[in-house]
Amino acid sequence: METLIFLVAFPLLPAALLLLVPNNGVRNIVTRGSFAVIAAASVYLLWQGIGAQPAFYSLEAGLIDEGMFVIEVFLSALIFFLGVKYRNYLTSVFVTLQFALMAVYEFVYAPGVAIEHNLFVDKLSIIMALIIGIIGGLICVYALGYMKDFHSHHHDMKDNRPFFFFVLFVFLSAMFGLVFSNSLLWLFFFWEVTTICSFLLIGYTKTPEATRNAFRALVMNLSGGLAFAGAIFYLASQGLTLELDKLITSPHGLVMIPVALMCFAGITKSAQMPFSSWLLGAMVAPTPTSALLHSSTMVKAGVYLAIRLAPVISGTYVGDMVALVGGVTFLLAAFMAISQSNAKRVLAYSTISNLGLIIVCAGIGTAPAIWAGIFLIIFHAIAKSLLFLCVGTIEHRIGSRDIEAMGNMFAKMPGMAVMLLIGICGMFIAPFGMLISKWAAIKAFLDVGTLMSPILILILAYGSAVTVFFWAKWMGKIISANTLFAPRDPMNDQISWDEWFSEWAHTVLTVAICLAFPLVSQWLVEPYIAGVYGKDFDLTKSMYMITFIMVVMVILVPAISFPSQRNSYAFGTAYMSGRNTYPGRVFDGSIATRKQATLKNYYLQSFFGEDKFMKLGVVMCSCIILIMFGVAFI
Amino acid sequence: MTHLSIGIAYIFLAPLVGGLLMGVDRIVSARMQRRVGPPLLQPFYDVAKLLQKDTIIVNRLQNPALVCHLVFMIATGFLFFEGSDILLIIFLLTLSAVFLVLAAYASSSPFSHAGAERELILMTAYEPMVLLMLVGFYKVIDSFSFYTIVESGKPLILYLPGIFIGFLYILTMKFRKSPFDISISEHAHQELVSGLTSDFSGRSIALVNIARWYEDVFLLGLVYLFFSFNVLGGIAAVLLTYLFEILIDNTFARFKWEAALRSAWIVALVLGGGNLVILYAFMGV
Repeated sequence: METLIFLVAFPLLPAALLLLVPNNGVRNIVTRGSFAVIAAASVYLLWQGIGAQPAFYSLEAGLIDEGMFVIEVFLSALIFFLGVKYRNYLTSVFVTLQFALMAVYEFVYAPGVAIEHNLFVDKLSIIMALIIGIIGGLICVYALGYMKDFHSHHHDMKDNRPFFFFVLFVFLSAMFGLVFSNSLLWLFFFWEVTTICSFLLIGYTKTPEATRNAFRALVMNLSGGLAFAGAIFYLASQGLTLELDKLITSPHGLVMIPVALMCFAGITKSAQMPFSSWLLGAMVAPTPTSALLHSSTMVKAGVYLAIRLAPVISGTYVGDMVALVGGVTFLLAAFMAISQSNAKRVLAYSTISNLGLIIVCAGIGTAPAIWAGIFLIIFHAIAKSLLFLCVGTIEHRIGSRDIEAMGNMFAKMPGMAVMLLIGICGMFIAPFGMLISKWAAIKAFLDVGTLMSPILILILAYGSAVTVFFWAKWMGKIISANTLFAPRDPMNDQISWDEWFSEWAHTVLTVAICLAFPLVSQWLVEPYIAGVYGKDFDLTKSMYMITFIMVVMVILVPAISFPSQRNSYAFGTAYMSGRNTYPGRVFDGSIATRKQATLKNYYLQSFFGEDKFMKLGVVMCSCIILIMFGVAFI
Repeated sequence: MTHLSIGIAYIFLAPLVGGLLMGVDRIVSARMQRRVGPPLLQPFYDVAKLLQKDTIIVNRLQNPALVCHLVFMIATGFLFFEGSDILLIIFLLTLSAVFLVLAAYASSSPFSHAGAERELILMTAYEPMVLLMLVGFYKVIDSFSFYTIVESGKPLILYLPGIFIGFLYILTMKFRKSPFDISISEHAHQELVSGLTSDFSGRSIALVNIARWYEDVFLLGLVYLFFSFNVLGGIAAVLLTYLFEILIDNTFARFKWEAALRSAWIVALVLGGGNLVILYAFMGV
């Protein structure tokens, strides 16, 4: 239990320090040191937890509860005030309603509610803690180098780094709290803190666009928070349990309404349609924010809650509707990713799409589906974080986040190109993690046992075909050469050590987790599933060997064939219909001119345009969510 | 053990079979066009000659990518005939195809670039159908292994007629036959010169050809699964399928990529998805 409390409380210490001591040298030391401590503590938690049963703890909650309530009052007042100040009245309305619900609960029902266990830790919490501690911590380290660069690029913006790092560490603390809370009240508290942290991070630059998008994120997530508060209010007013472990073993009929409300909260937080726009809008923030929101925190909180609730909704109509929301989001977000040339938007759509798949797994909620869902969370967190960090660094070097500007990367920034390629491979190539999980998801959907099965398989078939397209053309851009022997970019050597360290650590993790995934499955995921579903299950033992061989091949074959390229081959120039050509697609034009041919990728706007699919997705998913509430109330 | 040896036999025999089939293809095509055509062994002569030629490259990355393309193609077929999980194998096939596309991107001529983009569009077009086919197998036989399907003795073609026709449709793409030869074509009338392979020469082109032989045999192995209840009938069906593809090749004009993508998706949805839904309805969910 000490480790849990340490993980929740410790990040607040560097947070306070960094806020109060606005010195760059101190910040560097404190952040690096805190990363080491947090990562070590989460690994220690793993060491403690392997082979152990889920542990539940009761804390003397009186003082903590009151403290949380005071903080909630303060935060609600702050948001209310901000909503009025920026004329975003919907925010104020939501926060007032939410506060009213919680205040009524606090004064009417709270004295009658006894919560036995506030904190708990099981295998899923450990997995989440590792993701938050290691990936989240690495992103904080990366932020040291990135934010320094960011402010030297943007002199017009106020350098408020102490505040930025303060919020980062508070965010980590809240995420730890979220995954260790068994009391729904505590879970809700941390849930709201992450909403507010992301609001502050998105709005960091204080440009009109950033402010607008920050409020959009806030409103959407507050609507989820309102649903969550409603769930707590309902449970308390009906005299039902307010503990997570008891909730998921309750009889279905009783708790369907609050569970549907909480699923709604999960859907908003994990940016499923119709709420995807907040995550797209969050792209205006500096890269560490995007990386954090997309990989280890925020959206992962949403899918975490959905996975937790999966046993209750599995096999019900509510579960089917949740799965459909995820399925539609998965498919349409993948379509839209094709039409984007802005690297960050491609990443954002791909995140939304992958989260959709996790939500499908949660909605289906059978043991193999949950296996797939948890592995999607793990693999996605690592690979996506790596991709964001690379794109952030590249953006500062080449001054663009457009994929079209990333040609010739191998000549200009070879290290960066390799990391970016590994990250992309991690997202869609067998046998890297995401594909293993997708493979498991297909197997899980096959045995669902209702007509959901063919529907979901169709969705998955089309969605994954499209995924190959948008990742592969990005890879193609990176390895294509504009000029054959471009000089190495001198800027390459200016990338800060913090960024290098963080990115290489991610790269190593991306590969290592593919080799280690049987262990992760055996030590963590399978015991978790056995605990929740009460049965052993070995989806994967038969394929460990073959995937292991595949991973080794995928690493070795390129690693051998690329460096061992014969030097005897003659270099030529690209074929240009018989014109005289020179390196770098330069050719002789008419009247003794020399021109360069430029190549651009296909974006298939007429097929996969953003507007029509976004509208379609919003309408469809809104209807499905309405039906979900309909069937929950019946 | 026997399964493993069949897998190993694939590694050595597939290029022979694939090359011979391509020789047959060229003779049959020629006869359809009232020509005599080359000798049966011409594909082997071609590759032997290509291997002796100088190789000129535009980008250091293009040849290693082609080696990866070939190695993963061989691995795909080996694992398939060795009896591993076909669902995983299909992902390996995708990986191999991605390496071919990357080689084309790296070689950077406008023609190979456009060929690479079109190849990706084709991959997007055919993948849903491939996945639906495997799901169909699984629904009937409850397994993803070549040998379990063969030994079950069930006439898959009777359960999966829609899926089979859908698969024939996209098989034309995989065989790079007209009307879907939009990324590479062996016909002279290609507007993209030779598409993907425009900037490959010598050994590079030889690698691409050999990989294709491996791929053709693997694909015909998939066709065989539909008829695997009868060995001779199965082989006959495979050969007929091959001849049918040659016929299509010689009687259709090339599609635009829009038509290729749209039609393949519709076919997959209607025939593949329809077959699957009926299967779920009749066989119980």
